[in-house]
Amino acid sequence: MASEHTAKAFDSDLQELTRLVAEMGGLAERMITDSVDALVRRDVALGQRVVAADAEIDNLQRLIEERAVLTIARRQPMAIDLREIVGAMRVATDLERIGDLAKNMGKRVAALESDFHPLKLIRGLEHMTDLVQSQVKSVLDAYAAHDLPAAMNVWKADEEVDAICTSLFRELLTYMMEDPRNISFCIHLMFCAKNIERIGDHSTNIAETVFYMIEGQQILDKRPKGDMTTFATTVPGN
Amino acid sequence: MNDLSVSMSTAGAAGHAALPEAAAKVTARNLNFYYGEHHALKNINLTLGTHRVTAFIGPSGCGKSTLLRIFNRMYDLYPGQRAVGQLMLDQTNILDPRLDLNLLRARVGMVFQKPTPFPMTIYENIAFGIRLYEKISKSEMDGRVEKALRGGALWNEVKDKLNASGLSLSGGQQQRLCIARTVAVRPEVILFDEPCSALDPISTAKVEELIQELSEDYTIAIVTHNMQQAARVSDKTAFMYLGELIEFDDTSRIFTSPTDRRTQDYITGRFG
Repeated sequence: MASEHTAKAFDSDLQELTRLVAEMGGLAERMITDSVDALVRRDVALGQRVVAADAEIDNLQRLIEERAVLTIARRQPMAIDLREIVGAMRVATDLERIGDLAKNMGKRVAALESDFHPLKLIRGLEHMTDLVQSQVKSVLDAYAAHDLPAAMNVWKADEEVDAICTSLFRELLTYMMEDPRNISFCIHLMFCAKNIERIGDHSTNIAETVFYMIEGQQILDKRPKGDMTTFATTVPGN
Repeated sequence: MNDLSVSMSTAGAAGHAALPEAAAKVTARNLNFYYGEHHALKNINLTLGTHRVTAFIGPSGCGKSTLLRIFNRMYDLYPGQRAVGQLMLDQTNILDPRLDLNLLRARVGMVFQKPTPFPMTIYENIAFGIRLYEKISKSEMDGRVEKALRGGALWNEVKDKLNASGLSLSGGQQQRLCIARTVAVRPEVILFDEPCSALDPISTAKVEELIQELSEDYTIAIVTHNMQQAARVSDKTAFMYLGELIEFDDTSRIFTSPTDRRTQDYITGRFG
Protein backbone atom coordinates (compact mmCIF):
# COMPACT_ATOMS: atom_id res chain seq x y z
CA MET A 1 0.00 0.00 0.00
CA ALA A 2 1.17 3.47 -0.76
CA SER A 3 1.52 6.19 1.85
CA GLU A 4 -1.46 7.97 3.35
CA HIS A 5 -3.86 10.26 1.57
CA THR A 6 -4.10 13.91 2.48
CA ALA A 7 -7.78 13.17 3.11
CA LYS A 8 -7.56 10.63 5.93
CA ALA A 9 -11.18 9.57 5.54
CA PHE A 10 -10.29 8.22 2.10
CA ASP A 11 -7.80 5.85 3.72
CA SER A 12 -10.42 4.55 6.11
CA ASP A 13 -12.88 4.07 3.24
CA LEU A 14 -10.33 1.91 1.42
CA GLN A 15 -9.36 0.00 4.55
CA GLU A 16 -12.99 -0.74 5.28
CA LEU A 17 -13.44 -2.13 1.76
CA THR A 18 -10.40 -4.39 2.16
CA ARG A 19 -11.66 -5.52 5.55
CA LEU A 20 -15.09 -6.40 4.13
CA VAL A 21 -13.51 -8.41 1.32
CA ALA A 22 -11.37 -10.26 3.88
CA GLU A 23 -14.46 -11.03 5.94
CA MET A 24 -16.25 -12.29 2.86
CA GLY A 25 -13.23 -14.40 1.92
CA GLY A 26 -13.12 -16.02 5.37
CA LEU A 27 -16.81 -16.85 5.08
CA ALA A 28 -16.38 -18.33 1.60
CA GLU A 29 -13.47 -20.50 2.76
CA ARG A 30 -15.54 -21.84 5.65
CA MET A 31 -18.47 -22.59 3.34
CA ILE A 32 -16.25 -24.65 1.05
CA THR A 33 -14.86 -26.72 3.94
CA ASP A 34 -18.26 -27.20 5.53
CA SER A 35 -20.01 -28.19 2.35
CA VAL A 36 -17.50 -30.92 1.55
CA ASP A 37 -17.43 -32.08 5.18
CA ALA A 38 -21.19 -32.32 5.10
CA LEU A 39 -20.95 -34.32 1.90
CA VAL A 40 -18.35 -36.76 3.22
CA ARG A 41 -20.13 -37.32 6.53
CA ARG A 42 -23.57 -36.97 4.98
CA ASP A 43 -24.34 -34.39 7.65
CA VAL A 44 -27.61 -32.87 6.44
CA ALA A 45 -27.71 -30.26 9.22
CA LEU A 46 -24.27 -28.96 8.32
CA GLY A 47 -25.34 -28.85 4.69
CA GLN A 48 -28.29 -26.68 5.71
CA ARG A 49 -26.00 -24.32 7.60
CA VAL A 50 -23.93 -23.84 4.45
CA VAL A 51 -27.10 -23.01 2.54
CA ALA A 52 -28.02 -20.45 5.20
CA ALA A 53 -24.55 -18.89 5.19
CA ASP A 54 -24.96 -17.97 1.54
CA ALA A 55 -27.38 -15.19 2.44
CA GLU A 56 -24.68 -13.65 4.60
CA ILE A 57 -22.15 -13.71 1.78
CA ASP A 58 -24.69 -12.14 -0.59
CA ASN A 59 -25.25 -9.34 1.91
CA LEU A 60 -21.54 -8.70 2.15
CA GLN A 61 -21.26 -8.48 -1.60
CA ARG A 62 -24.04 -5.91 -1.72
CA LEU A 63 -22.39 -3.95 1.06
CA ILE A 64 -19.01 -3.95 -0.71
CA GLU A 65 -20.61 -2.80 -3.93
CA GLU A 66 -22.48 0.03 -2.21
CA ARG A 67 -19.37 1.17 -0.36
CA ALA A 68 -17.28 1.00 -3.53
CA VAL A 69 -19.79 3.03 -5.54
CA LEU A 70 -20.07 5.58 -2.74
CA THR A 71 -16.29 5.91 -2.51
CA ILE A 72 -16.00 6.40 -6.26
CA ALA A 73 -18.70 9.07 -6.18
CA ARG A 74 -17.20 10.81 -3.19
CA ARG A 75 -13.47 10.67 -3.92
CA GLN A 76 -13.13 10.28 -7.70
CA PRO A 77 -10.27 7.84 -7.17
CA MET A 78 -7.40 7.65 -9.63
CA ALA A 79 -4.70 5.15 -10.55
CA ILE A 80 -3.91 2.66 -7.77
CA ASP A 81 -6.89 3.76 -5.66
CA LEU A 82 -9.26 3.26 -8.56
CA ARG A 83 -7.79 -0.17 -9.28
CA GLU A 84 -8.02 -1.06 -5.60
CA ILE A 85 -11.75 -0.28 -5.56
CA VAL A 86 -12.48 -1.99 -8.86
CA GLY A 87 -10.44 -4.95 -7.57
CA ALA A 88 -12.51 -5.17 -4.37
CA MET A 89 -15.71 -5.25 -6.42
CA ARG A 90 -14.37 -7.93 -8.72
CA VAL A 91 -13.09 -10.12 -5.90
CA ALA A 92 -16.44 -9.74 -4.11
CA THR A 93 -18.22 -10.97 -7.24
CA ASP A 94 -15.98 -14.04 -7.43
CA LEU A 95 -16.46 -14.75 -3.73
CA GLU A 96 -20.21 -14.48 -4.12
CA ARG A 97 -20.10 -17.07 -6.89
CA ILE A 98 -17.91 -19.31 -4.72
CA GLY A 99 -20.59 -19.00 -2.03
CA ASP A 100 -23.27 -20.06 -4.53
CA LEU A 101 -21.27 -23.11 -5.56
CA ALA A 102 -20.70 -24.18 -1.95
CA LYS A 103 -24.39 -23.64 -1.22
CA ASN A 104 -25.24 -25.88 -4.17
CA MET A 105 -23.09 -28.65 -2.66
CA GLY A 106 -24.73 -28.11 0.73
CA LYS A 107 -28.12 -28.67 -0.87
CA ARG A 108 -27.03 -31.94 -2.42
CA VAL A 109 -26.18 -33.54 0.93
CA ALA A 110 -29.84 -34.18 1.64
CA ALA A 111 -30.22 -35.91 -1.73
CA LEU A 112 -27.42 -38.41 -1.16
CA GLU A 113 -29.48 -41.18 0.38
CA SER A 114 -27.92 -44.07 -1.45
CA ASP A 115 -25.94 -46.58 0.58
CA PHE A 116 -23.42 -46.66 -2.17
CA HIS A 117 -20.59 -44.30 -1.63
CA PRO A 118 -17.23 -45.66 -2.58
CA LEU A 119 -14.59 -44.26 -0.29
CA LYS A 120 -12.16 -43.87 -3.15
CA LEU A 121 -14.35 -41.40 -4.96
CA ILE A 122 -15.07 -39.44 -1.81
CA ARG A 123 -11.33 -39.30 -1.12
CA GLY A 124 -10.75 -38.03 -4.63
CA LEU A 125 -13.24 -35.25 -4.04
CA GLU A 126 -11.67 -34.44 -0.68
CA HIS A 127 -8.22 -34.26 -2.20
CA MET A 128 -9.46 -31.93 -4.88
CA THR A 129 -11.16 -29.78 -2.27
CA ASP A 130 -7.97 -29.55 -0.22
CA LEU A 131 -6.13 -28.29 -3.26
CA VAL A 132 -8.78 -25.76 -4.18
CA GLN A 133 -9.14 -24.70 -0.58
CA SER A 134 -5.44 -23.90 -0.37
CA GLN A 135 -5.68 -22.07 -3.71
CA VAL A 136 -8.49 -19.90 -2.38
CA LYS A 137 -6.62 -19.21 0.82
CA SER A 138 -3.37 -18.36 -0.99
CA VAL A 139 -5.03 -16.03 -3.44
CA LEU A 140 -6.93 -14.19 -0.70
CA ASP A 141 -3.67 -13.79 1.22
CA ALA A 142 -2.01 -12.54 -1.95
CA TYR A 143 -4.87 -10.07 -2.43
CA ALA A 144 -4.56 -8.75 1.11
CA ALA A 145 -0.76 -8.51 0.94
CA HIS A 146 -0.58 -7.24 -2.66
CA ASP A 147 1.76 -10.17 -3.31
CA LEU A 148 2.00 -10.56 -7.08
CA PRO A 149 4.26 -13.67 -7.22
CA ALA A 150 1.96 -15.51 -4.79
CA ALA A 151 -1.08 -14.61 -6.89
CA MET A 152 0.65 -15.81 -10.05
CA ASN A 153 1.47 -19.15 -8.40
CA VAL A 154 -2.24 -19.67 -7.84
CA TRP A 155 -2.96 -18.60 -11.40
CA LYS A 156 -0.59 -21.23 -12.77
CA ALA A 157 -1.44 -24.05 -10.36
CA ASP A 158 -5.08 -24.50 -11.33
CA GLU A 159 -4.07 -27.10 -13.90
CA GLU A 160 -3.70 -29.83 -11.28
CA VAL A 161 -7.25 -29.30 -10.01
CA ASP A 162 -8.54 -29.63 -13.55
CA ALA A 163 -6.64 -32.89 -14.04
CA ILE A 164 -8.09 -34.46 -10.88
CA CYS A 165 -11.56 -33.37 -11.90
CA THR A 166 -11.17 -35.08 -15.25
CA SER A 167 -10.02 -38.37 -13.75
CA LEU A 168 -12.86 -38.24 -11.20
CA PHE A 169 -15.33 -37.83 -14.05
CA ARG A 170 -13.97 -40.89 -15.79
CA GLU A 171 -14.25 -42.99 -12.66
CA LEU A 172 -17.78 -41.84 -11.93
CA LEU A 173 -18.78 -42.81 -15.46
CA THR A 174 -17.54 -46.35 -14.98
CA TYR A 175 -19.41 -46.69 -11.68
CA MET A 176 -22.60 -45.55 -13.32
CA MET A 177 -22.21 -48.11 -16.08
CA GLU A 178 -21.50 -50.90 -13.65
CA ASP A 179 -24.74 -50.44 -11.77
CA PRO A 180 -27.55 -48.05 -12.68
CA ARG A 181 -28.43 -47.75 -8.97
CA ASN A 182 -25.24 -45.74 -8.56
CA ILE A 183 -26.29 -43.16 -11.09
CA SER A 184 -28.12 -40.81 -8.74
CA PHE A 185 -25.25 -40.66 -6.27
CA CYS A 186 -22.61 -40.38 -8.97
CA ILE A 187 -24.43 -37.56 -10.73
CA HIS A 188 -24.54 -35.57 -7.51
CA LEU A 189 -20.89 -36.24 -6.90
CA MET A 190 -20.12 -35.19 -10.45
CA PHE A 191 -21.82 -31.85 -9.93
CA CYS A 192 -19.93 -31.41 -6.69
CA ALA A 193 -16.62 -32.09 -8.44
CA LYS A 194 -17.55 -29.60 -11.12
CA ASN A 195 -18.45 -27.04 -8.44
CA ILE A 196 -15.09 -27.47 -6.76
CA GLU A 197 -13.40 -27.10 -10.10
CA ARG A 198 -15.35 -23.89 -10.74
CA ILE A 199 -14.29 -22.57 -7.35
CA GLY A 200 -10.72 -23.15 -8.49
CA ASP A 201 -11.45 -21.08 -11.58
CA HIS A 202 -12.77 -18.24 -9.44
CA SER A 203 -9.56 -18.27 -7.43
CA THR A 204 -7.63 -17.79 -10.67
CA ASN A 205 -9.97 -14.90 -11.51
CA ILE A 206 -9.02 -13.33 -8.22
CA ALA A 207 -5.35 -13.88 -9.07
CA GLU A 208 -5.94 -11.98 -12.32
CA THR A 209 -7.58 -9.17 -10.36
CA VAL A 210 -4.53 -8.99 -8.07
CA PHE A 211 -2.34 -8.75 -11.17
CA TYR A 212 -4.50 -5.90 -12.49
CA MET A 213 -4.46 -4.06 -9.18
CA ILE A 214 -0.68 -4.17 -8.94
CA GLU A 215 0.38 -3.85 -12.57
CA GLY A 216 -2.43 -1.68 -13.92
CA GLN A 217 -2.85 -4.01 -16.88
CA GLN A 218 -4.82 -7.12 -17.71
CA ILE A 219 -3.12 -10.46 -18.18
CA LEU A 220 -3.34 -11.46 -21.80
CA ASP A 221 -1.66 -14.86 -21.63
CA LYS A 222 -3.79 -17.96 -21.69
CA ARG A 223 -3.85 -19.81 -18.42
CA PRO A 224 -2.66 -23.46 -18.60
CA LYS A 225 -5.80 -25.64 -18.79
CA GLY A 226 -6.11 -29.22 -17.64
CA ASP A 227 -9.88 -29.66 -17.67
CA MET A 228 -10.60 -32.43 -20.18
CA THR A 229 -14.02 -33.42 -18.81
CA THR A 230 -15.62 -32.43 -22.07
CA PHE A 231 -13.74 -35.35 -23.64
CA ALA A 232 -14.25 -37.84 -20.83
CA THR A 233 -16.31 -40.61 -22.39
CA THR A 234 -16.52 -44.30 -21.79
CA VAL A 235 -17.91 -46.56 -24.46
CA PRO A 236 -20.40 -49.13 -23.07
CA GLY A 237 -19.10 -52.68 -23.24
CA ASN A 238 -15.48 -51.70 -22.88
CA MET B 1 7.20 -8.19 -12.84
CA ASN B 2 10.89 -8.92 -12.80
CA ASP B 3 10.58 -11.20 -9.79
CA LEU B 4 8.28 -13.60 -11.60
CA SER B 5 9.81 -16.76 -12.94
CA VAL B 6 7.53 -16.84 -15.95
CA SER B 7 7.51 -13.86 -18.22
CA MET B 8 4.04 -12.68 -18.95
CA SER B 9 2.80 -10.52 -21.75
CA THR B 10 0.27 -7.89 -20.78
CA ALA B 11 -2.19 -5.65 -22.49
CA GLY B 12 0.48 -2.97 -22.31
CA ALA B 13 -0.07 0.25 -24.15
CA ALA B 14 -2.63 -1.46 -26.34
CA GLY B 15 -4.84 -1.93 -23.31
CA HIS B 16 -5.20 1.83 -23.05
CA ALA B 17 -6.98 2.94 -26.17
CA ALA B 18 -4.45 5.55 -27.23
CA LEU B 19 -4.79 7.87 -30.18
CA PRO B 20 -2.20 7.49 -32.88
CA GLU B 21 0.76 9.82 -32.43
CA ALA B 22 0.07 13.22 -33.98
CA ALA B 23 2.61 15.35 -35.82
CA ALA B 24 4.37 17.76 -33.48
CA LYS B 25 2.95 21.31 -33.43
CA VAL B 26 5.04 22.71 -30.61
CA THR B 27 8.33 21.13 -29.59
CA ALA B 28 10.35 22.01 -26.51
CA ARG B 29 13.94 20.83 -26.24
CA ASN B 30 16.00 21.39 -23.11
CA LEU B 31 13.82 24.34 -22.26
CA ASN B 32 14.82 26.26 -19.12
CA PHE B 33 13.21 29.28 -17.57
CA TYR B 34 14.42 31.81 -15.03
CA TYR B 35 12.63 34.37 -12.91
CA GLY B 36 15.73 36.46 -12.27
CA GLU B 37 17.97 34.05 -10.33
CA HIS B 38 15.25 31.53 -9.71
CA HIS B 39 15.49 28.52 -12.00
CA ALA B 40 11.77 27.86 -12.52
CA LEU B 41 11.77 25.28 -15.32
CA LYS B 42 14.46 22.66 -15.73
CA ASN B 43 15.22 20.93 -19.02
CA ILE B 44 11.71 20.50 -20.32
CA ASN B 45 11.40 18.20 -23.33
CA LEU B 46 7.98 17.59 -24.82
CA THR B 47 5.81 18.02 -27.88
CA LEU B 48 2.26 19.20 -28.31
CA GLY B 49 0.65 17.03 -30.97
CA THR B 50 -1.28 18.76 -33.77
CA HIS B 51 -5.01 18.91 -33.00
CA ARG B 52 -4.48 17.18 -29.70
CA VAL B 53 -5.33 18.37 -26.20
CA THR B 54 -2.38 18.30 -23.83
CA ALA B 55 -3.06 18.84 -20.14
CA PHE B 56 -0.52 20.10 -17.61
CA ILE B 57 -1.06 19.10 -14.02
CA GLY B 58 0.97 19.48 -10.85
CA PRO B 59 0.91 21.20 -7.47
CA SER B 60 0.94 25.01 -7.23
CA GLY B 61 4.29 26.47 -8.15
CA CYS B 62 5.42 23.45 -10.18
CA GLY B 63 5.89 25.58 -13.28
CA LYS B 64 2.95 24.54 -15.43
CA SER B 65 1.59 28.07 -15.91
CA THR B 66 5.13 29.33 -16.44
CA LEU B 67 5.55 26.81 -19.25
CA LEU B 68 2.27 27.86 -20.81
CA ARG B 69 3.35 31.51 -20.70
CA ILE B 70 6.49 30.66 -22.66
CA PHE B 71 4.47 29.22 -25.54
CA ASN B 72 3.29 32.72 -26.52
CA ARG B 73 6.18 34.68 -24.94
CA MET B 74 3.85 36.21 -22.36
CA TYR B 75 6.82 36.43 -20.00
CA ASP B 76 8.37 39.08 -22.29
CA LEU B 77 6.11 41.61 -20.64
CA TYR B 78 8.13 41.27 -17.45
CA PRO B 79 11.76 42.28 -17.01
CA GLY B 80 14.20 39.77 -15.56
CA GLN B 81 12.39 36.72 -16.93
CA ARG B 82 14.11 34.67 -19.60
CA ALA B 83 13.81 31.36 -21.37
CA VAL B 84 16.79 29.29 -22.58
CA GLY B 85 16.75 26.30 -24.86
CA GLN B 86 14.69 25.51 -27.90
CA LEU B 87 10.99 25.96 -28.45
CA MET B 88 9.62 25.47 -31.93
CA LEU B 89 6.16 26.22 -33.34
CA ASP B 90 6.33 24.19 -36.53
CA GLN B 91 9.45 25.74 -38.13
CA THR B 92 9.33 28.98 -36.12
CA ASN B 93 11.64 29.46 -33.16
CA ILE B 94 9.36 30.93 -30.51
CA LEU B 95 12.33 32.16 -28.48
CA ASP B 96 13.83 34.13 -31.38
CA PRO B 97 14.21 37.72 -30.05
CA ARG B 98 13.44 39.13 -33.51
CA LEU B 99 10.10 37.38 -33.66
CA ASP B 100 7.02 39.62 -34.11
CA LEU B 101 5.20 38.97 -30.84
CA ASN B 102 1.87 40.20 -32.17
CA LEU B 103 2.02 37.64 -34.94
CA LEU B 104 3.13 34.94 -32.51
CA ARG B 105 0.20 35.71 -30.22
CA ALA B 106 -2.19 35.61 -33.17
CA ARG B 107 -0.90 32.10 -33.87
CA VAL B 108 -0.87 31.10 -30.21
CA GLY B 109 -3.97 32.38 -28.43
CA MET B 110 -4.54 32.31 -24.71
CA VAL B 111 -7.55 32.07 -22.41
CA PHE B 112 -7.03 33.01 -18.77
CA GLN B 113 -8.33 31.82 -15.44
CA LYS B 114 -10.66 34.76 -14.90
CA PRO B 115 -12.84 35.83 -17.82
CA THR B 116 -11.43 39.10 -19.15
CA PRO B 117 -13.92 40.60 -21.59
CA PHE B 118 -13.15 44.13 -22.78
CA PRO B 119 -15.53 46.82 -21.49
CA MET B 120 -17.27 47.08 -24.85
CA THR B 121 -20.09 45.37 -26.71
CA ILE B 122 -20.13 41.64 -27.33
CA TYR B 123 -19.68 42.33 -31.04
CA GLU B 124 -16.73 44.64 -30.48
CA ASN B 125 -15.10 42.17 -28.10
CA ILE B 126 -14.71 39.85 -31.08
CA ALA B 127 -14.20 42.42 -33.85
CA PHE B 128 -11.48 44.27 -31.94
CA GLY B 129 -8.96 41.43 -32.20
CA ILE B 130 -9.71 40.76 -35.86
CA ARG B 131 -9.17 44.43 -36.78
CA LEU B 132 -5.70 44.30 -35.26
CA TYR B 133 -4.60 41.84 -37.90
CA GLU B 134 -6.94 42.25 -40.84
CA LYS B 135 -8.82 44.92 -42.75
CA ILE B 136 -12.20 43.54 -43.80
CA SER B 137 -15.62 44.88 -44.79
CA LYS B 138 -18.52 45.22 -42.39
CA SER B 139 -20.40 42.26 -43.86
CA GLU B 140 -17.32 40.11 -43.75
CA MET B 141 -16.79 41.18 -40.16
CA ASP B 142 -20.38 40.26 -39.28
CA GLY B 143 -19.71 36.81 -40.69
CA ARG B 144 -16.48 36.43 -38.77
CA VAL B 145 -18.06 37.55 -35.49
CA GLU B 146 -20.89 35.07 -35.91
CA LYS B 147 -18.49 32.28 -36.76
CA ALA B 148 -16.33 33.06 -33.75
CA LEU B 149 -19.31 33.21 -31.41
CA ARG B 150 -20.52 29.90 -32.81
CA GLY B 151 -17.01 28.56 -32.29
CA GLY B 152 -17.24 29.70 -28.67
CA ALA B 153 -20.63 27.94 -28.33
CA LEU B 154 -22.16 31.30 -27.42
CA TRP B 155 -23.98 32.41 -30.57
CA ASN B 156 -27.44 31.15 -29.66
CA GLU B 157 -27.30 32.90 -26.30
CA VAL B 158 -26.14 36.32 -27.56
CA LYS B 159 -27.28 36.65 -31.18
CA ASP B 160 -30.11 38.99 -30.16
CA LYS B 161 -27.98 41.25 -27.99
CA LEU B 162 -24.71 41.70 -29.81
CA ASN B 163 -24.65 45.35 -28.78
CA ALA B 164 -24.97 44.59 -25.09
CA SER B 165 -21.84 44.99 -23.00
CA GLY B 166 -19.59 41.96 -22.73
CA LEU B 167 -19.57 42.55 -19.00
CA SER B 168 -23.34 41.98 -18.80
CA LEU B 169 -22.88 38.26 -19.49
CA SER B 170 -22.64 35.59 -16.79
CA GLY B 171 -19.20 34.32 -15.75
CA GLY B 172 -19.50 31.19 -17.89
CA GLN B 173 -20.68 33.20 -20.88
CA GLN B 174 -17.87 35.72 -20.40
CA GLN B 175 -15.36 32.89 -20.47
CA ARG B 176 -16.87 31.53 -23.68
CA LEU B 177 -16.77 35.07 -25.09
CA CYS B 178 -13.03 35.10 -24.34
CA ILE B 179 -12.66 31.76 -26.09
CA ALA B 180 -14.62 33.11 -29.08
CA ARG B 181 -12.34 36.18 -29.11
CA THR B 182 -9.32 33.91 -29.17
CA VAL B 183 -10.77 31.74 -31.94
CA ALA B 184 -11.74 34.83 -34.00
CA VAL B 185 -8.15 35.57 -35.04
CA ARG B 186 -7.76 31.98 -36.26
CA PRO B 187 -4.86 30.85 -34.09
CA GLU B 188 -3.12 27.49 -34.53
CA VAL B 189 -2.60 26.84 -30.85
CA ILE B 190 -4.86 27.79 -27.95
CA LEU B 191 -3.51 27.92 -24.41
CA PHE B 192 -5.96 27.56 -21.53
CA ASP B 193 -4.72 28.61 -18.12
CA GLU B 194 -7.20 27.10 -15.66
CA PRO B 195 -10.14 28.21 -17.80
CA CYS B 196 -12.82 26.78 -15.52
CA SER B 197 -11.59 27.54 -12.02
CA ALA B 198 -13.96 30.49 -11.70
CA LEU B 199 -16.93 28.75 -13.27
CA ASP B 200 -19.86 26.72 -11.93
CA PRO B 201 -20.16 23.03 -12.93
CA ILE B 202 -22.56 23.59 -15.82
CA SER B 203 -20.45 26.36 -17.36
CA THR B 204 -17.42 24.12 -16.77
CA ALA B 205 -19.09 21.29 -18.66
CA LYS B 206 -19.86 23.65 -21.56
CA VAL B 207 -16.28 24.89 -21.73
CA GLU B 208 -14.97 21.30 -21.58
CA GLU B 209 -17.31 20.30 -24.38
CA LEU B 210 -16.06 23.31 -26.34
CA ILE B 211 -12.42 22.35 -25.79
CA GLN B 212 -13.14 18.91 -27.24
CA GLU B 213 -14.78 20.49 -30.29
CA LEU B 214 -11.98 23.02 -30.73
CA SER B 215 -9.39 20.25 -30.77
CA GLU B 216 -10.64 19.31 -34.23
CA ASP B 217 -9.23 22.56 -35.59
CA TYR B 218 -6.67 23.70 -33.04
CA THR B 219 -3.80 22.36 -30.99
CA ILE B 220 -4.67 22.85 -27.36
CA ALA B 221 -2.70 23.08 -24.14
CA ILE B 222 -4.54 23.35 -20.85
CA VAL B 223 -3.30 23.94 -17.33
CA THR B 224 -5.74 22.70 -14.73
CA HIS B 225 -5.88 21.97 -11.03
CA ASN B 226 -8.88 19.77 -11.59
CA MET B 227 -7.53 16.31 -12.34
CA GLN B 228 -10.88 14.92 -13.40
CA GLN B 229 -10.98 17.74 -15.93
CA ALA B 230 -7.56 16.78 -17.27
CA ALA B 231 -8.73 13.17 -17.45
CA ARG B 232 -11.88 14.17 -19.29
CA VAL B 233 -10.64 16.61 -21.89
CA SER B 234 -7.05 15.73 -22.73
CA ASP B 235 -5.31 13.19 -24.95
CA LYS B 236 -1.91 13.59 -23.32
CA THR B 237 -1.09 14.64 -19.80
CA ALA B 238 2.12 16.10 -18.45
CA PHE B 239 2.79 15.95 -14.73
CA MET B 240 5.16 18.63 -13.48
CA TYR B 241 6.80 18.99 -10.11
CA LEU B 242 9.30 21.55 -8.82
CA GLY B 243 9.99 22.85 -12.29
CA GLU B 244 10.61 19.45 -13.83
CA LEU B 245 8.54 17.42 -16.24
CA ILE B 246 8.13 14.19 -14.29
CA GLU B 247 5.90 12.16 -16.57
CA PHE B 248 4.35 12.75 -19.97
CA ASP B 249 2.10 10.07 -21.42
CA ASP B 250 -1.33 9.22 -22.77
CA THR B 251 -3.96 10.59 -20.41
CA SER B 252 -5.64 7.19 -20.10
CA ARG B 253 -2.36 5.80 -18.85
CA ILE B 254 -1.47 8.65 -16.47
CA PHE B 255 -4.76 8.36 -14.62
CA THR B 256 -5.01 4.58 -14.42
CA SER B 257 -1.43 3.39 -14.06
CA PRO B 258 1.22 6.09 -14.03
CA THR B 259 4.84 5.01 -14.06
CA ASP B 260 6.42 7.47 -11.67
CA ARG B 261 5.74 7.26 -7.97
CA ARG B 262 5.43 11.05 -7.68
CA THR B 263 2.74 11.14 -10.37
CA GLN B 264 0.85 8.39 -8.59
CA ASP B 265 1.08 10.17 -5.23
CA TYR B 266 -0.12 13.43 -6.73
CA ILE B 267 -3.11 12.16 -8.69
CA THR B 268 -4.28 9.94 -5.84
CA GLY B 269 -4.07 12.79 -3.32
CA ARG B 270 -1.13 11.51 -1.31
CA PHE B 271 1.14 14.50 -1.69
CA GLY B 272 3.07 16.23 1.09
